Amino acid sequence: LYAAHKKIYVRSTSGLFARWRWTLVWLTQVIFFGLPWLTWNGRQAVLLHLVERKFYIFSWVFWPQDVLFLSVLLIISAYSLFFFTAVAGRLWCGYACPQTVYTEIFQWIEEKIEGDHVARAKLDKAPMSGRKFAIKSLKYMVWAVFALWTGFTLVSYFSPVKELLASIPTFGFGPWERFWIFFYGTFTFVFAGSLREQVCRYMCPYARFQSVMFDPDTMVVTYDEARGEPRGFRRRGEDPAAARGECIDCGICVQVCPTGVDIRNGLQYECIGCGVCIDACDPIMDKLNQPRGLVRYTTENALKQGWETSEITHHIMRPRTLIYGTILIGIIMAFFWGLFARIPMRVDVIRDRTPTGREVSGGMVENDYMLRFMNMTESTQTFVISVDGLDGIHISSDKQQVTVDPLRNQEEIMVVQAPKESGQVGSNRIYFEIVSVDDPNMKRREKAAFLYPK
Amino acid sequence: MADFISGFWDLYVAGFVAFSLLLCLILMFANMTSQESGAPQLQGHVWDENLREYNNPLPRWWLILFVGTVLFSIVYLVIYPGFGNRKSTPENDAGLRREYAEEIRQAKAAPNNLEKYAGTQNLAALATDKDAMATGQRLFLTYCTQCHGSSGRGSKGYPNLTDNDWLYGSSPEVIRTSISEGRAGNMTPFKGVLSDAEIKMMADYVLALSKGKSEEPDYAQAKGIYMQRCVTCHGVEGKGSFLSFEATDIGAPNLTDDIWLFGGDLETIIDGIKTGHNEPMPAIKPMPTWKLFLDDAKLNLLAAYVYSLSKK
Repeated sequence: LYAAHKKIYVRSTSGLFARWRWTLVWLTQVIFFGLPWLTWNGRQAVLLHLVERKFYIFSWVFWPQDVLFLSVLLIISAYSLFFFTAVAGRLWCGYACPQTVYTEIFQWIEEKIEGDHVARAKLDKAPMSGRKFAIKSLKYMVWAVFALWTGFTLVSYFSPVKELLASIPTFGFGPWERFWIFFYGTFTFVFAGSLREQVCRYMCPYARFQSVMFDPDTMVVTYDEARGEPRGFRRRGEDPAAARGECIDCGICVQVCPTGVDIRNGLQYECIGCGVCIDACDPIMDKLNQPRGLVRYTTENALKQGWETSEITHHIMRPRTLIYGTILIGIIMAFFWGLFARIPMRVDVIRDRTPTGREVSGGMVENDYMLRFMNMTESTQTFVISVDGLDGIHISSDKQQVTVDPLRNQEEIMVVQAPKESGQVGSNRIYFEIVSVDDPNMKRREKAAFLYPK
Repeated sequence: MADFISGFWDLYVAGFVAFSLLLCLILMFANMTSQESGAPQLQGHVWDENLREYNNPLPRWWLILFVGTVLFSIVYLVIYPGFGNRKSTPENDAGLRREYAEEIRQAKAAPNNLEKYAGTQNLAALATDKDAMATGQRLFLTYCTQCHGSSGRGSKGYPNLTDNDWLYGSSPEVIRTSISEGRAGNMTPFKGVLSDAEIKMMADYVLALSKGKSEEPDYAQAKGIYMQRCVTCHGVEGKGSFLSFEATDIGAPNLTDDIWLFGGDLETIIDGIKTGHNEPMPAIKPMPTWKLFLDDAKLNLLAAYVYSLSKK
């Protein structure tokens, strides 16, 4: 009726690609676990405050109006994925994806507690005993603590971490905080602890559309079939030139594979491109006095045409990668330009729908406006308001300066006066200019209509 | 589902839903394989020249998930409720309707924020209450802006509320009466009573009053007519009904200042004297009878807010 899950006992490896992965594990996790603890100007440096609908990120405070930055960030992520995948396959899957990273961490814990892959398989087969129970419980305990800490860290991006920390002893979290700590913790535990490669094989949609981003010049983990086949065990002293391939069929590449595939069957959707089989095979080749790279990062074309490394690198520059790369750099530059040119203040000018305007003494016409100020900074701002666009136009209400508290909206009614003869009956274009007293760069110029009644 | 006239359609839709759910399960179980060993089975179709599909057994967790979603949808349909003509009421509804009913209940049970202003006697004191005035401003922007402008400075035919010039009186109590009862002008049309030439003469006199020149000999005849026709409402000095008689129900304006409700040019004034400013149907007032629409709390807040506008 169904296929029972066959547990994979991964043999651990060391080598260049394992080092790369551990570097990225450290890098991503130091950032993930560390960021919430940083302080910036007396507040949490990174806090995504959903209730206030404000994202505090170092010196920035993003409002819902800044959602463009988020979408551009997602576009950058998507293009990075396209670019890196076109160049060297599933780099994200193999080195940086949380599924890979947490599986790596959980496996490390597992290996420290239960022993290597052989010991683990043996332990699982053994009947339940006091020792087995103790080992297993210890492993699950350590996993659970780590998983809960992960959940706690996730929530601390959304709730101030100091208050969360203070709630631990009494378990005084809010209902949603409690839910997310356990939800995220449970999923970390289940995904990284037991589901592991099944997430990549069955759940992750990305594995299924990777092929559209590959082309014959994409670097992928490849078994050099021409060199390795026919595979077979070699007796000591046997003529190396015997009609045998260099693969001695030791099976170590299969033992180390986290998704349980045999790389020698060619490119498969289960292969997450982590390169552990390369790390495993190279020392075997060294022992056999054969050149390294029976399994290596190479391209389909290179394999077919016997290219040197320089030719492979030459082919990295091709229309697909150049276009991805250009767009990516362009969007990244636009993103940072937008970020630094961002004016943390907005004004909406809303003219009264009715009345259309009133005549007042002195041959003047008056219009009423509601100005909605949005102070997106963390300091109190005073804005000076002026109008232009018609001869003799000016603000006739008492207030021409508005002080807005930090991170607040404020509405102010402004009355604008202009001489009767300055414009024509109907709508006339005018401009409100709003400048911060403290920062002349914090300036907005808003269009508005000034109506002369019939 | 209660929107259908005939009960047949309830059954029709329910039948379809049940059939779809059943079909999901049938399709699922009819098409899966259990073979785990041996040569892999193929689905039999070929795409793009050489792409064939394995017919592999499903992972157990996936199968449980699939059956689970079907069970979930049955439970959901019953609880929501979305099956047959079982009607949704706040009591049996697990979704928005119950939440909505709950929110309404809470809102009704909670002490209404504005309720506390319903019995306010001292409107002048209320006008200095910052919170109350913030609410007052919101009410003003909702109900009054259309005619008086969001600044309260009025427009043609609708008085400026910020200038401390009052037709009916400046006390907050009179303002409250103006709001709750509504106001309409009481200026009689003089067409037919006075000749066109006399009306023109009176308009000139009104302008002279506003400029303080009414005592000049040129206006002697006009003053005679004024004392006969206009003095009852506008008063001997032309200062209007409130300043002259403290009358809070006539609303005759002060003619000696330069504040004009409808416009200060000769033509408008002639027009005003000719056609008057009273309403043919007293029920339809330019200033509506707001008590028909707003409760005491809102009337108090608005009166205090309007009062505060003139005190700024």
